[in-house]
Amino acid sequence: MSRIEVRFAELKSQNRTALIPFVTAGDPQPDVTVPLLHAMVAAGADLLELGVPFSDPMADGPVIQAACERALSHHVTLHQVLDMVREFRQQDKTTPVILMGYLNPVEVWGYTEFATAAAEAGVDGILTVDLPPEEAADFTAAMKAVDIDSIFLLAPTSDESRMRRVSEVASGFLYYVSFKGVTGASHLDVSSVSSKLNELRKHTELPVGVGFGIRDGESAAQVARIADAVIVGSVLVSQLADLADQPDRIPSTLAATVSGLRAAIDKTS
Amino acid sequence: MTNAADNTASSGALPDERGHFGKFGGRFVAETLMAPLDELNAAYQKYMCDPEFQAELDRDLACFVGRPSPLYFAERWSNEIGGARIYLKREDLNHTGAHKINNTVGQALLARRMGKTRIIAETGAGQHGVASATVAARMGVECVVYMGAEDIERQAINVYRMRLLGATVVSVESGSRTLKDALNEAMRDWVTNIDNTFYIIGTVAGPHPYPAMVRDFQAIIGRETRQQIMAMEGRLPDALVACVGGGSNAIGLFHPFIDDNEVAIYGVEAGGDGVETGRHAAPLCAGSPGVLHGNRTYLMEDRDGQIIETHSISAGLDYPGVGPEHAWLKDSGRATYVAIKDSEAMSAFHSLTLTEGIMPALETSHALAYAEKLAAGMDKEQIIVVNLSGRGDKDVNTIAALEGIEL
Repeated sequence: MSRIEVRFAELKSQNRTALIPFVTAGDPQPDVTVPLLHAMVAAGADLLELGVPFSDPMADGPVIQAACERALSHHVTLHQVLDMVREFRQQDKTTPVILMGYLNPVEVWGYTEFATAAAEAGVDGILTVDLPPEEAADFTAAMKAVDIDSIFLLAPTSDESRMRRVSEVASGFLYYVSFKGVTGASHLDVSSVSSKLNELRKHTELPVGVGFGIRDGESAAQVARIADAVIVGSVLVSQLADLADQPDRIPSTLAATVSGLRAAIDKTS
Repeated sequence: MTNAADNTASSGALPDERGHFGKFGGRFVAETLMAPLDELNAAYQKYMCDPEFQAELDRDLACFVGRPSPLYFAERWSNEIGGARIYLKREDLNHTGAHKINNTVGQALLARRMGKTRIIAETGAGQHGVASATVAARMGVECVVYMGAEDIERQAINVYRMRLLGATVVSVESGSRTLKDALNEAMRDWVTNIDNTFYIIGTVAGPHPYPAMVRDFQAIIGRETRQQIMAMEGRLPDALVACVGGGSNAIGLFHPFIDDNEVAIYGVEAGGDGVETGRHAAPLCAGSPGVLHGNRTYLMEDRDGQIIETHSISAGLDYPGVGPEHAWLKDSGRATYVAIKDSEAMSAFHSLTLTEGIMPALETSHALAYAEKLAAGMDKEQIIVVNLSGRGDKDVNTIAALEGIEL
């Protein structure tokens, strides 16, 4: 079983919902990331989403765009992101790490070559937001060959046929985008998410995580009642931005936020 | 005659049903946009074969845009160069001063049939923004145009024109603050406002069906050229020349000639300070394949797959990607892509203005500069058609500033 499967199985047996924090690798500077990942795990993160900086993050709002720009100002490449995962794995053998980003850095590296390097570094899953299943056959085959899960998005605009199509190619878990928009906006409507998830579960056995628009303990708790995982990004990245000049304070500050979210989620279970 | 439904002169075989031109093109977007793109594609497929839609499009092209645009023999300029005879396809004479309106008129008709009440667009030089604001004003719908902050500075006249037309111009401050960032921002708007918004992409790039759809709306340029040159010369031209940023004016001219192997096809990219300096916007000449803005194509990118900043004197060519059909035409060998430097474009601008009394856009001046070189090596019996894609009024301030003249 993959680390992602093991983790979701453990959580299920404990009747708990996963908390998945997202940060951009190398934001605001490269040496912050690995200590930050460990601090978030200690504070209650179950899986980690590590953003791969990209120059043109079309699906992201201003907060994550700015994070990409901060990381890219230090020339953080996909190779360095894998180095960070490798370093993280020296101390943490169990927490799944999912890379999240855009296709082009992987495309330029080469799917097979990247997959080999990523598996060796200890990556468990990858989500490339601008790669829909229609274009993903070669990509998913390369990832599958090294047991890396290909995570795919579903959205409020996805109808039944798209739910089926995405479920066919996805592994690990499914990432449901809670509203029509970019990361960091706040249009979360829990009841519409809930009815969409009910529909989605008819087509998949995979765990379903919900992201976009989860801003605080209250919204995290609401989503935790209906999802298998709560994904939180822009709130954490905003804190990174505020502390860009005081990197020493980043791990403890974000850990406090993660543990607050953890407590709110656990109250619901 | 402007019969937009007559597409028989072109190969029309590509793209495939998922938008692929060979290995290029496709649809690389986040899941939220897949259903809206399916919806757009269904409407486009339906109305391109709908006689009522085509009749309305033909009427708009004739009475609102002013088509057909003339094919003009630039006799003095040809004589001065002393080689092939050069014809200019006068897209600069269209309403709003460039080829961009051919596409926005078509997409606006689609938007209305799809019940969309809000139009958004990205723009570089501002020509597509003006053309979008124009059709939105005529339809009486809201229009928001995204434009890079740097382009807003260098294209102040077009920004003001858009505002006069009632559009909101949003300054994009992220990234390199040029066209690619405007496109990112327009995509973000679209994904947020899908229900009521139609995104009019201005070039033959983006996710399927945009590259094919924009090409089909622009192919009127090549179809008219074909009829006009047959009427004037009784034969097809020896060469076609057009500038390529995203590549919509070029594909519009080229597409109806793709199966005519005796017609050489040249696309002219922005060479900036020179391709060898790295400061340019010539992905077909000096880039590599990758995925950006919804399609696989040639890009200006570093070895880590990050998009690099481009440089060109002309805002409309200052883009790190290019339409996927051009990528395919390059790899298949059917078209040749070359680069022209800023300084060469400037020189061609002056040359055409002084010999013909036609002031071309700086984008177009790149095509003219290459046509000069090409014509000089050809003889008088040979014919070149250059797409005079836009007029230069918008660039007067830029040119004056470059030449140290205070207006």
